[in-house]
Amino acid sequence: MSPAAAREAGQRPARRARDGLSYRFLSLGDAALTIEFGDAIDRRLLAEVAAADQALLQALVDGQLPGVVETVPTFRSLTVIYDPLRSTRTRVEAAIDAALRQASPVVVAQQRRVWQLPVCYGDQLAECGPDLDGLAAACGLSAAEVVRLHAGGCYEVYMLGFLPGFAFMGDLPPALACARRSEPRTLVPAGSVATAGRLTAIYPWESPGGWQLIGACPLPLFSPSWTQPALLQAGDRVQLRAIDAGEFATLQAAAPALRRATEPPLAFLAAAAE
Amino acid sequence: MRAVLEVLSPGAMASIQDRGRFGWRRIGVPLSGALEPGWLRLANALLGNPEDAPAIEFLAGGLAVRAPQRPLQLALAGHFTAELRYAGGRRRIASWRSVCLAPGDTLHCGSIAAGRVGYLALVGLAVRRHFGSASTYARAGLGGVDGRLLAPGVRLSVAAGCSAGRMLWRPPAVDDAAIRVVAGPQDDYFDALAMPTLVGGAYRISPAADRMGIRLDGPLLGHRPDKGAEIVSDATVPGSIQVPGNGQPIVLLADGQTAGGYPKIATVISADLPRLAVMAPGRTVRFAVVSVAAAEQAARARQAELQALLAGIGPLFEPGEHDPQAVYTANLISGVVDATAADGSPTSADRSPGGP
Repeated sequence: MSPAAAREAGQRPARRARDGLSYRFLSLGDAALTIEFGDAIDRRLLAEVAAADQALLQALVDGQLPGVVETVPTFRSLTVIYDPLRSTRTRVEAAIDAALRQASPVVVAQQRRVWQLPVCYGDQLAECGPDLDGLAAACGLSAAEVVRLHAGGCYEVYMLGFLPGFAFMGDLPPALACARRSEPRTLVPAGSVATAGRLTAIYPWESPGGWQLIGACPLPLFSPSWTQPALLQAGDRVQLRAIDAGEFATLQAAAPALRRATEPPLAFLAAAAE
Repeated sequence: MRAVLEVLSPGAMASIQDRGRFGWRRIGVPLSGALEPGWLRLANALLGNPEDAPAIEFLAGGLAVRAPQRPLQLALAGHFTAELRYAGGRRRIASWRSVCLAPGDTLHCGSIAAGRVGYLALVGLAVRRHFGSASTYARAGLGGVDGRLLAPGVRLSVAAGCSAGRMLWRPPAVDDAAIRVVAGPQDDYFDALAMPTLVGGAYRISPAADRMGIRLDGPLLGHRPDKGAEIVSDATVPGSIQVPGNGQPIVLLADGQTAGGYPKIATVISADLPRLAVMAPGRTVRFAVVSVAAAEQAARARQAELQALLAGIGPLFEPGEHDPQAVYTANLISGVVDATAADGSPTSADRSPGGP
């Protein structure tokens, strides 16, 4: 049965293996599809997604993907957005298969930036981390221990998404793993430092959200005035530095000027490359 | 020459929107853009604008605008009527037509009779673009006027003058057909009853509907206990129906997040998403599952319908009193008459089609 026929029959399409890349197509309406490489957070999948993304971006430049608008890489999948008036699912799938035939999950040596970002945790200023005590209780730790563990990590940026400049980072130590809140908040303040499972992130903007809020970062994380609008890029490393309420207030007051600048706040870069 | 359009009141919520920003979802920047791109296109076509020119999108009604200094042309799209107030009178104006505002005239959009979205398009509207689009995404301060929703007192810079009026002879019909969805990408995270429940049940658009998404009140959808209600985040698109642990489906719209950790049972097809996006809170909606091929066919059918609507744009027939259209159109052509009287409103003599 062809993949299309399988879809019509309501079956899950089979995974395809193409010289090292193994994936399946998932439907995302008639204007997008998702190429799924797996459903976990793991280094091999990240490399596969990156390889596929590079191959499709090249195919797009070469005019091999007519109707395709953009691609969106995540931990474990690559979504391809296209114009259903300029192509069809069948043609897009065939073009993707052709473009990915050559691709292999080679980990490209890239320049890794290391950021050191200030965080005021809930033990310094309660409103910065309303879930700190709850998370500590759920993990069987003291709030101070949670802060020590969280601020002690060096995290990798796995992907951007959800909101402009929102970086999904990991991995938290297993002792801090805690599920999302069962009832998402309708309003999470901008700058909130949050956890979900073994991931951590900083909300660049006020938004609804279901993550556990344990601290706040006073730096802007995204600005259309910056040459590179998102401060954190996939592959970057992030270290955190616990600050007190006074330093938080000082840095927060400086944030609007940092956002208006033409370059992101490179002063918070700990090292240029590994 | 430039003119000013002053916003007297944005009503419930108004923002500048075009077709949205493409190519930046990989860093989390959502598509944004008009909730009903077809109506934006119609409003622009009524002015002879490029089809993707930015316009004012307003929710629920109550938008009021004024031309303080110079005449200007605008166009209305959506199921509402407006009131044109001028020195010495007022009159009702139907939507789906262009309107010429004389200096001092104000236009008050009434509440939307069917749905929740209306458009007011302008000629030569100059606003800041970010990432290739003027669409307002207020959460991150992108596009529009200073990245914000329109507020009372905002002054928009537009082209001055009026040209021949145009109207849509047959406005789009209000369509009550089921909203079609394509199953997936995570339909395998749901129990056997979930999909039949989604397509068999009646869902009410909850009051928690904005440009980001629509919450649906109705039968809850159950996740498979062995799969759970969380996934490793993957990309979402406008139309994604995500179902958090509480079982209440949420349909993402233009300003929706670019990635999410809740399983997505289905995606609203591109042909039907605008129809859902403009539905008023409280309305009941039903869903039907279709194949990708059927969704593609529906996309082409919607495009053909839109072309037919665009072909149905013709000259404006305007009966009777206060017709600044005629006088400013004449002025543009002759360029010799100052139709603006000392009090800022056209004199009665100005209203004869040939000018004074």
